[in-house]
Amino acid sequence: MNKDLLARLRPLIGLVLLSVAVALCSSRFLTTSNLLTVLRQTSINVVIATGMTFVILTGGIDLSVGSILAFAGVVMATLLGTEVPLIVSLGLVLLLGAAIGAVTGLVITKGKVQPFIATFAFMTVLRGATLVFSNGTPMPAGDGDDAFAFLGEGYLLDVPVPILLMIAVLAIAYYVLRHTRFGRYVYALGGNEEAARLSGLRTRLIKTAVYGVSGLLAAMAGIISTARLSSATPTAGTGFELDAIAAVVVGGTSLSGGSGRISGTLLGALIIGILNNALNLLNVPSYYQMIAKGVIILIAVLLDRKTES
Amino acid sequence: MDAAAGQPILEMRGITKQFSGIPALSGVDFRAFPGEVMALLGENGAGKSTLMKILAGAHDRTAGEIAFRGAPLELTGPRDAQRKGISIIHQELNLVQDLSIAENIFLGREPVTRLGNLDWKALNAGAEQLLRRLGVQASPKTRVGTLSVGQQQMVEIAKALSFDASIIIMDEPTGALADAESASLFNVIRELKASGKAVIYISHRLKEVFELSDRVTVMRDGKLIGEVATSALTEDSVIEMMVGRRLTERYPHVEVAPGPVRLAVDNLESRYTHRASFSVRGGEIVGVTGLMGAGRTELALALFGALARTGGTLSLDGEPYAPGSPHEAVSRGMAYVSEDRKQRGLLLGLSIKDNIALPALKQFERRVFYLSDQAERAAARGYVEKLAIRPPREDQVVRRLSGGNQQKVSIAKGLITAPKVLILDEPTRGVDVGAKQEIYQLINGLKRDGLAILMISSEMPEILGMSDRIMVIHEGTVTGMLERGEATQETIMRLAIGLEGRQRE
Repeated sequence: MNKDLLARLRPLIGLVLLSVAVALCSSRFLTTSNLLTVLRQTSINVVIATGMTFVILTGGIDLSVGSILAFAGVVMATLLGTEVPLIVSLGLVLLLGAAIGAVTGLVITKGKVQPFIATFAFMTVLRGATLVFSNGTPMPAGDGDDAFAFLGEGYLLDVPVPILLMIAVLAIAYYVLRHTRFGRYVYALGGNEEAARLSGLRTRLIKTAVYGVSGLLAAMAGIISTARLSSATPTAGTGFELDAIAAVVVGGTSLSGGSGRISGTLLGALIIGILNNALNLLNVPSYYQMIAKGVIILIAVLLDRKTES
Repeated sequence: MDAAAGQPILEMRGITKQFSGIPALSGVDFRAFPGEVMALLGENGAGKSTLMKILAGAHDRTAGEIAFRGAPLELTGPRDAQRKGISIIHQELNLVQDLSIAENIFLGREPVTRLGNLDWKALNAGAEQLLRRLGVQASPKTRVGTLSVGQQQMVEIAKALSFDASIIIMDEPTGALADAESASLFNVIRELKASGKAVIYISHRLKEVFELSDRVTVMRDGKLIGEVATSALTEDSVIEMMVGRRLTERYPHVEVAPGPVRLAVDNLESRYTHRASFSVRGGEIVGVTGLMGAGRTELALALFGALARTGGTLSLDGEPYAPGSPHEAVSRGMAYVSEDRKQRGLLLGLSIKDNIALPALKQFERRVFYLSDQAERAAARGYVEKLAIRPPREDQVVRRLSGGNQQKVSIAKGLITAPKVLILDEPTRGVDVGAKQEIYQLINGLKRDGLAILMISSEMPEILGMSDRIMVIHEGTVTGMLERGEATQETIMRLAIGLEGRQRE
């Protein structure tokens, strides 16, 4: 019991220690505007990492999310140039993301391909498709469309909209994982797939749905980042899958599936976000940020191992 | 007669082995003689394989002595045993599928040229020679993964021969072999005998035992029952030695007037089951037994939609029933409680409540998909009380429960969907005596409630004590369906070994 509690609290302790350390090093850290900046920069990763949490809880992995983000961005930008109403466009792009994820899920479940390989293939295909679609150049998105720009740049009650969207996603994901049948199935599948199957669970359907959720949230992240930049870049989201995986892992979710929490993923993303912010504040070159991120991931995983044994 | 024989090359005395405190062998004596075949017989779980694994260096012994060629033998591991001249062919295949026959045979001790390169010529020639001796036609360069299971078994045998050991242990070597392959194996065994090797032969096939062996050692429940010259034995006397146990435990059989047929199976075919036909009534326990690997679990999985059926028809309460998945089976009113609760039954990291509720979560769903924790808890608590699960806390993580209590959770998980037909696969495996009695009472209670129960078990007393009818399976075929009154340990063993009942096919 104590070990479980310690494992649960570790990301929180890590976050607090890191924040205190950063606050001591830089007086600019603990200002409202800086903290909001950190949150806004982290929000896209949190949205993607939420979907990734579902996938990893089942014992899978999704490398295609960064490419889905970019693909969703260019499709969104294209739709904005047409007569299609904004709300319909948004719905279509989200649906597209979910559909791509579900197809990936089918390849994994029906085609019996390992998640790593299947999502890796989709990552490559979609990145290529995005480059083809956009001719390899950034596409303007939502110039003059205030409603769309609001999703990325707007404020509601002094809080940036991406942060509010992130909170909404987190709240729904928490509810689903904690209080619904689907959530319980996700944990069951990751805990023991064969036992889940013999308990009468439709394991393939559940798995497919989980990749659908991941695709949907990656597309949502694509919408937010396109709205924020007022343009869709075909190379957007490169490497985001690794940031998302990092957030999930640092947040204490087991890569072998079955155990983990959405709150951990938020904390994991914040740890990485604050670390990046701190290195910026301290004028450390960005190359070092990669080293720091890698070291944090290693520490988190090694600590997890220690409590397991 | 023994006096006339030469000195034994091997003498194991008082061998005792405990697995985490539970005795698997207690004080077993065992001998083997050069130039002879010693058959080792016993029921499932009698301790034969454990004893042989100790001899082959795969297990340590808890107590006892081994004398080999008249000197004490201490082994540091399987490689040490091989070096000292003890070679074993395991029941399971241990080959590298992507390597060739020759590479597998000489794995880890490949011949090298003077320059230190792999000597392919010597490798393939050596393997070729062994294969020819066994009458195997395949080229030594064939990739093992492309061979049939029988041919792979022959490769295992070739590998064991290549050590030129003085004791060769064969654990059920003919299980996967075709008749011609068995025949060439028997020739090799006779050759080995003639050249003065000691062969230890484990088999459930009495015919082979009588054909090949010079002596027979019988084990039961981890103890030595006796060592007898084969010429002094009959099939009946061997079976009596194997099963002649007193029924000491109490089995609370209850009489229930059987209801209508719930599950009817007609000519069921699958990869592991051949033309199985039987039925189970409400309020009836049909015991299913057979030797290990007879296909009992596979039969259950085929009935449960977890293993593909290739033929036959099923019906459930008179309605056609053709499950394509366990999901379908469960929704039609079937439940399967696995023999392997840790790997296939339970979610060890989740709580008692989460495990029990999992198959029936839908009934706890309220508005906006909200799972009512209260309702789940109440249902789980009902089972915790009914099955006397200890500790009686629904939040307890299942991993921390004892084997018996884990098994109860596993059964509760099967019951929560209110099934019509319950398949219990080894319901008391790894369960202590007290919990066993509780599980028997529970099963009888379910029988009174009108469930149709299929109870798979390797434990003969349990099968005899609990069942209303007993179905015996031998190599995927139902060799007999015995009424409670007519079943004895001997009749069951004869059917399980395949001595009788084939004509019923």
